Amino acid sequence: MSALIEGLFNGISIGSVLLIAALGLAIVFGLMGVINLAHGELMMLGAYTTFLVQSAFRPLGEPWFDLYIFLALPAAFLVAGLMGLILERGVIRFLYGRPLETLLATWGVSLILRQFVRSVNWILAIGIVVFCLLFFGGMAILSRRSNWEKIKNWAIAILLPVSLAIAVLVSSLIQEGGQLALTRPWFSARNVDVTSPSWLRGGVQVLGFQMPYARLFIIALTIICLIGVYWFLNRSTWGLRIRAVMQNRSMSACLGIPTAKVDALTFALGSGLAGIAGCAVSFLGSVGPNTGQSYIVDTFMVVVVGGVGNLAGTIVAGMGIGILNYLIGSGTLALIFMPLGEAFQPVVDFFLFFATSSMAKVMVFALIIAFLQIKPGGLFPQKGRTAEL
Amino acid sequence: MALGTTIGIHKRKQQQRRQIIEGAIVIAIALIFVVILPALIPAFRLRSLGRFLALAIVALGIDLIWGYTGLLSLGHGIFFALGGYAIAMHLNLQLPEGQLPEFFTLYGVDRLPWFWEPFNSFPFTILALVIIPGIVAGLLGYLVFRNRIKGVYFSILTQAALIVFYNFFNGQQELINGTNGLKTDTERIFGVLASSPQAQRTFYILTILSLVAVYYLCRWLTSGRFGRILIAIRDDETRVRFTGYNPTGFKVLVFAISGAIAGIAGALYTVQTGIITPSAMEVAFSIEMVIWVAVGGRGTLIGAILGTLIVRLAQTFLSERYPESWLFFQGALFLIVVTVLPNGIVGLFRDLIGEKGRSLLGFRRKSFTYPSLEEDPEVQEEEEELSPR
Repeated sequence: MSALIEGLFNGISIGSVLLIAALGLAIVFGLMGVINLAHGELMMLGAYTTFLVQSAFRPLGEPWFDLYIFLALPAAFLVAGLMGLILERGVIRFLYGRPLETLLATWGVSLILRQFVRSVNWILAIGIVVFCLLFFGGMAILSRRSNWEKIKNWAIAILLPVSLAIAVLVSSLIQEGGQLALTRPWFSARNVDVTSPSWLRGGVQVLGFQMPYARLFIIALTIICLIGVYWFLNRSTWGLRIRAVMQNRSMSACLGIPTAKVDALTFALGSGLAGIAGCAVSFLGSVGPNTGQSYIVDTFMVVVVGGVGNLAGTIVAGMGIGILNYLIGSGTLALIFMPLGEAFQPVVDFFLFFATSSMAKVMVFALIIAFLQIKPGGLFPQKGRTAEL
Repeated sequence: MALGTTIGIHKRKQQQRRQIIEGAIVIAIALIFVVILPALIPAFRLRSLGRFLALAIVALGIDLIWGYTGLLSLGHGIFFALGGYAIAMHLNLQLPEGQLPEFFTLYGVDRLPWFWEPFNSFPFTILALVIIPGIVAGLLGYLVFRNRIKGVYFSILTQAALIVFYNFFNGQQELINGTNGLKTDTERIFGVLASSPQAQRTFYILTILSLVAVYYLCRWLTSGRFGRILIAIRDDETRVRFTGYNPTGFKVLVFAISGAIAGIAGALYTVQTGIITPSAMEVAFSIEMVIWVAVGGRGTLIGAILGTLIVRLAQTFLSERYPESWLFFQGALFLIVVTVLPNGIVGLFRDLIGEKGRSLLGFRRKSFTYPSLEEDPEVQEEEEELSPR
């Protein structure tokens, strides 16, 4: 019995990590139809932000260090949200209605972000700042001209290579200067470890097994995020606008809702939630450039199983997949069937074969495919009369 | 009536002439690759060229389902690896009677697992490396398409399937040597060491022959009625269904064919690389395959081949010079292809040479009406009759 409860608790805690990671995705994918493969990398940015905040608090000493988490959460939210905003304004807004293209574009972004974290140093940062100043500054100056619409394409065609060349030149000149502190990468490809505050270490003993505080904290964080998102979408003005745009874009535009702003806001919100998820994940283990990759497929599975466009499906699917994954992967199911006697021996063998974390994924995927045979639209599909799914 | 037949005959003759010209060009290019290139470039470069050509075969398969049918598969690594494992298992079994492949002893396995047995025979292996990926693809496709799951959901499910296979192959040390994969370089095929220049030369020529064969297979598939149905499914699946066709069968069939093509490519790639590991089923590799097609130009077979060669050559060049920059370039490539160059290099070329050049080179005129009213001789005749003299 206690084994089952322990399994349930661990399953719920895995599920809540999945859920908090999938929440932003469910908003971006479910409401906007955008496949954001860079979601995992936004999580990674959140985790690295947490690491930076933690490093900044370290010299302050004990009583303050324990509180860094309350700065890290909003910071992670803001950094990831800002990145999401840039992503939406820069790339995704040109690709609405072409989901396969957004998928490829966001994969490109995710590659760039991964390599950026590996090789970012002062020189690269200076180069990027110089490029942005030249390019966007030049665009801003030129856009005051009256014949802006006419020269726009030419301006981009000239400004882009010129500012790129100048930025590369400046960076290489600084590199020639040979300051070691400037060329050293900030994070490098190695994983970094986030030290959790002392009140998150250890755990509480319940029914003969340990509930780590970090896991409990993540469960609480997930619940808070869920309530916040629910409140925002259903009780606030902007939430109402978001839902209106997602139901009927052109009608909302006719009624005066600024759809472009709504898109940007929705995407930024989803990305910000990814940042919070990244902050939560950083308490579970070390963080590296590839951290996001290990979550992305699982979180998409949560969204697919949950059905598009509602939070309830996402919650049930996240918890279900998390619990199943743990129960199968840890061999708890095999343990349950063990005392039932010889007749159940094949069942026990069957579950023992899948009792590793990688084989559990195999089984869960098979179950998901089987589930989609019964309910292709997910747990709570959208109702409508379209012939399309 | 008479007019219709003469036009028909005329058209057919033109078509035949064009086919002969195209065949001559293909044979000429193949001869250049087989006869002239090996004399010009060093052996290890030739070996990597052979690998790229093998990858071009997968790209053809992906073009078939993505460019023509509109199904974006992110899981072609599965079929690629299955083909690779099939040939690698055969090569690993080329041992004196009663001996087991070396790695089995590491895990204390003293009997050959049952599914290794048939790979003793060469004909079975050749058959298996086409049929097994084909069947797996067909099964996966059937389970997904049956429920009218399509678009991005299909992409995500194929990606999840990829992860599942990756985990499975990684976890099964006793069966297929897990992470370490199977080596082919040190094994013998028909009594010749697989890494010897003689064998490699044969593999290279085989790759080119298969590429030409697969090219013609795809050509044949996409030109007739079948091809037109595929394009119709890509452009408007619901309409196809309402016209009385069942798209499911066509989609399953074309996905299975594409999987089988990937299997061939995987086998050829493996023997020229010298090893097959589960890393062939990494998420990044399968998405990379898609970008080759996108860079070349989706929906054109020649584009898939060109794109693969260009991207892989650029990758070799850049990662030899600036190892850190390749991921940045790759990410930028994704973004550029999606936003600026949706039709790839072939599309760019087509736009550049314009209408006049097209008619000079004997390509079809670009038609803007639907369905190609401009080209219908009867419509043109009517137009002439109606137009004021």
